[in-house]
Amino acid sequence: MNDRYESLAARIEARFAGVLRRIASNCDELGFELDKSQLLDVCRALRDESGFEFEMLMDLCGVDYLDYGNREWETVEATETGFSRGVTREVILADSDERFDPERFAVVYHLLSLSNNLRLRLRVFSGSDNPPVVPSVVDVWNSANWYEREAFDLFGILFDGHPDLRRILTDYGFIGHPFRKDFPLIGNVEVRYDAEQGRVVYQPVTIEPRTLVPKVITDDNRYEPDLKD
Amino acid sequence: MAEIQHFTMNFGPQHPAAHGVLRLVLEMEGEVIRKADPHIGLLHRGTEKLAESKPYNQTIGYMDRLDYVSMMCNEHGYVLAIEKLLGIAPPLRAQYIRVMFDEITRILNHLMWLGAHGLDVGAMTIFLYCFREREDLMDCYEAVSGTRMHATYYRPGGVYRDLPDSMPKYQPSKWHSEKDVRRLNEAREGTLLDFIEAFTDRFPGCVDQYETLLTDNRIWKQRTVNIGVVSPERAMQLGFSGPMLRGSGVAWDLRKKQPYAVYAEMDFDIPIGKTGDCYDRYLVRVEEMRQSNRIVQQCIRWLRDNPGPVMLDDYKLVPPKRVDVKEDMEALIHHFKLFTEGYSLPAGEAYAAIEHPKGEFGVYLVSDGANKPYRVKVRAAGFAHLSAMHEMVEGHMLADVVAVIGTQDIVFGEIDR
Repeated sequence: MNDRYESLAARIEARFAGVLRRIASNCDELGFELDKSQLLDVCRALRDESGFEFEMLMDLCGVDYLDYGNREWETVEATETGFSRGVTREVILADSDERFDPERFAVVYHLLSLSNNLRLRLRVFSGSDNPPVVPSVVDVWNSANWYEREAFDLFGILFDGHPDLRRILTDYGFIGHPFRKDFPLIGNVEVRYDAEQGRVVYQPVTIEPRTLVPKVITDDNRYEPDLKD
Repeated sequence: MAEIQHFTMNFGPQHPAAHGVLRLVLEMEGEVIRKADPHIGLLHRGTEKLAESKPYNQTIGYMDRLDYVSMMCNEHGYVLAIEKLLGIAPPLRAQYIRVMFDEITRILNHLMWLGAHGLDVGAMTIFLYCFREREDLMDCYEAVSGTRMHATYYRPGGVYRDLPDSMPKYQPSKWHSEKDVRRLNEAREGTLLDFIEAFTDRFPGCVDQYETLLTDNRIWKQRTVNIGVVSPERAMQLGFSGPMLRGSGVAWDLRKKQPYAVYAEMDFDIPIGKTGDCYDRYLVRVEEMRQSNRIVQQCIRWLRDNPGPVMLDDYKLVPPKRVDVKEDMEALIHHFKLFTEGYSLPAGEAYAAIEHPKGEFGVYLVSDGANKPYRVKVRAAGFAHLSAMHEMVEGHMLADVVAVIGTQDIVFGEIDR
């Protein structure tokens, strides 16, 4: 990582000691994690204080860590039973009803400072509440407005203090939050024209879920930091 | 009787000036806009969710279909994110080819924007002029990748193949006589680079032509000057990027400020606007076409002198040659593994941003070490621009909404994803 980023990291760690925790990165990017209770104060400070001046919020997105690190294909047992064809995947991950894993939903902010030509990533976990809630940063950066609507629409994350939290990308009257990992790729409903009723009707999906290429995690020593030349 | 002051009007989604599928709910007071509420998502295909279910390389084709008038630039953003996480850099020649095609794509995009913007505002002729040049650039896409639009040409580790030595030629047919064909094929006798060079020699003259039609045109100025003014401070607050930010007078261009590929070697200028109205953004984009032309010329010179590989020589990422697959067991295994399972990225996250013709196109990639991305987030420039629609049109007339949609260079493929 170059000196400008190291010096930024040092300044942030001095200014926000104990509040921001650095996220390790393997591609020279600077990212910090923080608690949602501190979010607004930190964001204001990062925007306004000299030395940071992150005038722009370039991106805001939700991430659902439910399925992180799970393999779809256990290749160890393959010799006994043969490989599955990945056609039926009955166990679609289920929501726990009341409380979520506190590390499940995250909101990721990508900040940009034009004055200092620096980028910074912030990550906030939403905690275990169902539905997940995170404070809104619309008052700090107005560009967050639609990004937060999108994260609400796709992940069901509520943004406390957002002026107009409506769905944005999905259909009018859509049920569910499609980018959650427990939402099936094929969806839940499909539409077709019903000649008898003379209108378009919704019905449960008729196609079967399938996995064309199973998700495989191999232990790859090429990426071990010690072995990299 | 109660006096009715406001009324609500539906603009789109089937309106030719809505640039695709924008549904704009306008609250009007007479002919003046009081509130504009864009409804988007009519073209939402869940590209990011689809990407989570596929090996990395199979998503490159989806990137073309995001902003479907600047295809290769989208690919570049995605491929850069993968390369960043893998910690690899493509060969220099591949980087020059990428820069050259990024700039060709920028010209393609700006020509489409200029033609459509003109048409929206009432200038018919400009559209035909722009599409004349677009045709030649589409031919470059076809020559290099086999398709005229959705190229899937950039791959992690380089580009799919080297520039071809010959251009596809026209054949005589019902529509083209022998004489037409001779004229059409005149520029196509040499290599692709010859063809592009002939284009770059001609293109500044074409831009002059466009400018004679619009720049000093009284009607054009009446429709664009002082329409949709955005101050630099607001532009930053609203997350503007690209020509929308530069039109407001902020000299910010990722190609200069955070250079990727070989932009650091290139000599070009960043045009900026003064007042931040539609006319300034028009001037900025027209000048950008001239600057892109300069960059393409520099790339052509370098590419002529420096032959070399265009893809990394690493069979863990890049499929081996077809000939090798037939004779070499090792190559066959690599080929099989790459096309059935793909390659895995190290666990981690990366954000790669490029200066897309419309602004900053960023790809945020989260990997858990698998052969598929865990999460892909595409940061589309148009999304932030369109969200400022209300602020830009409030108090303007209905006809100005069309000018503002045009100046924002809206393409729904990238906004709805």
